[in-house]
Amino acid sequence: MSLQAQIRATVGSFDLDVDLTIAPGELVALLGPNGAGKTSVLRALAGLLPIDAGHIALDGLVLDEPAIAIRLPVEQRPIGMVFQDYLLFPHLSVLENVAFGLRSRGVGRAAATARALSWLDRVGLGPEANRKPGSLSGGQAQRVALVRALATDPALLLLDEPMAALDVSTRVELRRELRQHLESFRGVRLLVTHDPVEAMAMADRLIVLEQGRVLQTGSPAEVTQRPRSRYVADLVGVNLFRGTARHDVITITGGGSLTAVGVTDGDVFAVVHPRTVALYRARPDGTPRNVWKGRATDIDLQGDRVRVRLQGLPSIVAEVTPAAVRELGLDRGDQVWIGVKATEVIVYAA
Amino acid sequence: MPSRVAVGLIAMLLGAGQSACAAPAASTVGGSITVFAASSLTHAFTRIGANFENAHPGAVVHVTFAGSSTLAAQIEQGAIGDVFASADQPTMQRLVNAGLVSGSPSIFARNRLQIVVAAGNPKHIGGLADLSRAGLVVLLCAPAVPCGRYAIQSLRAAGVTVAPASQEADVKAVVSKVALGEADAGIVYVTDVKAAGAAVQGIDIPARFNVTADYPMALLKDSQDAVLAGTFISYVLADGQHILAGDGFAAP
Amino acid sequence: MASTFWPEMALPPPDRRGSAAAPVPFLILAGAGVAFFVLPLLGLLVRTPWGSARELLTSSEALTALRLSLIASLSATAIALLLGVPLAWIYARVAFPGRAICRALTVLPMVLPPVVGGVALLLAFGRGGLLGGWLADVFGIHLPFTTAGAILAETFVAMPFLVITVEAGLRSMDTRFEDAARTLGARRWTVLWRVTLPLVRPSLVAGAILCWARALGEFGATITFAGNFPGRTQTMPLAVYLALETSPESAIVLSLVLLVVSLAVLVGLRDRWLGAS
Repeated sequence: MSLQAQIRATVGSFDLDVDLTIAPGELVALLGPNGAGKTSVLRALAGLLPIDAGHIALDGLVLDEPAIAIRLPVEQRPIGMVFQDYLLFPHLSVLENVAFGLRSRGVGRAAATARALSWLDRVGLGPEANRKPGSLSGGQAQRVALVRALATDPALLLLDEPMAALDVSTRVELRRELRQHLESFRGVRLLVTHDPVEAMAMADRLIVLEQGRVLQTGSPAEVTQRPRSRYVADLVGVNLFRGTARHDVITITGGGSLTAVGVTDGDVFAVVHPRTVALYRARPDGTPRNVWKGRATDIDLQGDRVRVRLQGLPSIVAEVTPAAVRELGLDRGDQVWIGVKATEVIVYAA
Repeated sequence: MPSRVAVGLIAMLLGAGQSACAAPAASTVGGSITVFAASSLTHAFTRIGANFENAHPGAVVHVTFAGSSTLAAQIEQGAIGDVFASADQPTMQRLVNAGLVSGSPSIFARNRLQIVVAAGNPKHIGGLADLSRAGLVVLLCAPAVPCGRYAIQSLRAAGVTVAPASQEADVKAVVSKVALGEADAGIVYVTDVKAAGAAVQGIDIPARFNVTADYPMALLKDSQDAVLAGTFISYVLADGQHILAGDGFAAP
Repeated sequence: MASTFWPEMALPPPDRRGSAAAPVPFLILAGAGVAFFVLPLLGLLVRTPWGSARELLTSSEALTALRLSLIASLSATAIALLLGVPLAWIYARVAFPGRAICRALTVLPMVLPPVVGGVALLLAFGRGGLLGGWLADVFGIHLPFTTAGAILAETFVAMPFLVITVEAGLRSMDTRFEDAARTLGARRWTVLWRVTLPLVRPSLVAGAILCWARALGEFGATITFAGNFPGRTQTMPLAVYLALETSPESAIVLSLVLLVVSLAVLVGLRDRWLGAS
């Protein structure tokens, strides 16, 4: 089973323009800041948000195609959706919640109850069948929401921020649990999250969304090593530059330049890890190929490291030890020399 | 609209204040009195009050209109006024028995019953006997109010049995529903038919079946200006008669 | 406007973390406010002729009026639910031109003097009214001076309370529950019955109670449109009004019955359905 979607829709203040292809058995995470349009993509796939153009097809079955006036009603789509804060029906028991989809799709009461119970057993919630959702813990509610969505045997499972409603303390364990439950599902799985750690821990592939557009897609490793957006670079905590390379010198859009090693000419991204940025009181002689002056605009202690934000050409963030800061006598507003070795500048085509 | 309400309220307050504070040292003219009058007297007493004020410069007459029994209840609860004009004897008797009336009441007008029908009398109703016709929507007043009691007396005298569609709470409701065309006929006072104008007309009830309602008026015991109030009662009994007659009342 | 105000019973219970200390001027004013409501009721109680109360109550007129009142007010509530819930749903969920005007017209009976409402009903459903003549000619249905007419008058005056309360409930409800139901395969009708209505049940109950209470106390529109006939259109308030003319004692006793019945229902339902402690 695979999903193919081209989504063009107007959502509030911005246009959604997203192409998605998800291979059978793949678990894809849609990652992006709040308001990027992640939930809108899910709602479009579910049919809750009408698309203006494009198409959505699931395993060859066309769900949406405005050009030929096809639009399958929500209730007829073979989808399951786990909503943010789960939206378990508060007036129904856990069992009735799970049986709801089956009953709605015409399964008899006895059969629906039996199947719902077996789903609950599968996630260890058989004994809670008669409770009301309001009395469940966050983790239990999440599992009920998951089996409620799975009970109707959907071809596509959509999960909207499934961890957001949980306690931070239980998140790590529940994430592993959710991942296990998701592995047993054969259909197409799409997870929406704004938490990069969650996305990387759970997904086979990431799709980075910002302002309604896809900025990058790839495996978690690819995305973190070669960020193509400020958003991902910030998430990963690296300096990202964009510019034009010529004879190993990258002229940075916005001012300044960096020298690297073995670069193919053309439009490139350059990444510099803050730990590889060195700071000096006086102009260093010798090794670093990239030396320039900057002003410290922000000095921030984070754990055992100090992040120093420097304004210059280009501006950059350095991460040094507290001892180094003391030694330099560095204060906000001070001018310092910045050094980056050419071998520490990672360059890839834009 | 609100300003009219406000003016009304102020007038009421002023009226109450003046009657309450009127100097007990009475003069033949001047001063003010409050008259409680049955609502069927609204038109007549408004004009009589104005004429009285013209005839007695300096005198002010405030008239409050409501159902006779409502007014009686208000007086029983301590409302301060000078004259009470009732639409029926039993209500007046109630106040007499309670010792709230000074002197004995005098009858100043009489009212009679009439059958009210739509203008042109489309159902061809000739008298009380026609009211028992099937398919006719007939309204009476509720037995609790005088016009309802009188209507029952009248029908009984004529030996007619009527199945009324409704026993309306007051006589005006009977007239207005006939005027609206919702009912075919009703038994009301002559004065109400007259006041309703061209939309309705009255069919006379012969005197032998008719009931006469006596309208008594009396000086109230707590009157603050008994002299002026007495003058007003005399005025109604004499100069006021032509106005009452114009509204359809019979002379006492 | 009033939508946040009417469904008082649908509001969450007051903060239970502790009672706040009220400023003294507030206490005084609030005390005056309570007294304003309690004193008239006290007046009724004080003047009640307890000795003859039983006799007055079990008189056939009182029982007839009470029975009719219950039948008419419950029927009015049923009709209001049948017509008012779909109307509230449409006002809450469907944007259409003229919605504001429709809403305003729907709540108009709340501010209209009931007597005017009664006259308006006569002009619509009366013998010579817009629809009444046709109803009588085609179906032989006569509404004025009938129990059906009394029910109609009560519905007219009371239904706005239901519509406004249910609409407020629907508006404040999280519609994503409906989305969730649809992704599970529920058709619109199933969503409505199994999800939407159960979720707004507190508003439905509060609206129905307000509507019923208003219908029970209805006087002006009923006496104007349906008239007054014992057993047919003379409901309790009409009986009270007419009893005042002749026997104030029985009027007081009847009022007391009306008061006790409505108080019992309001308090009982509040605890039973609305989870107030």
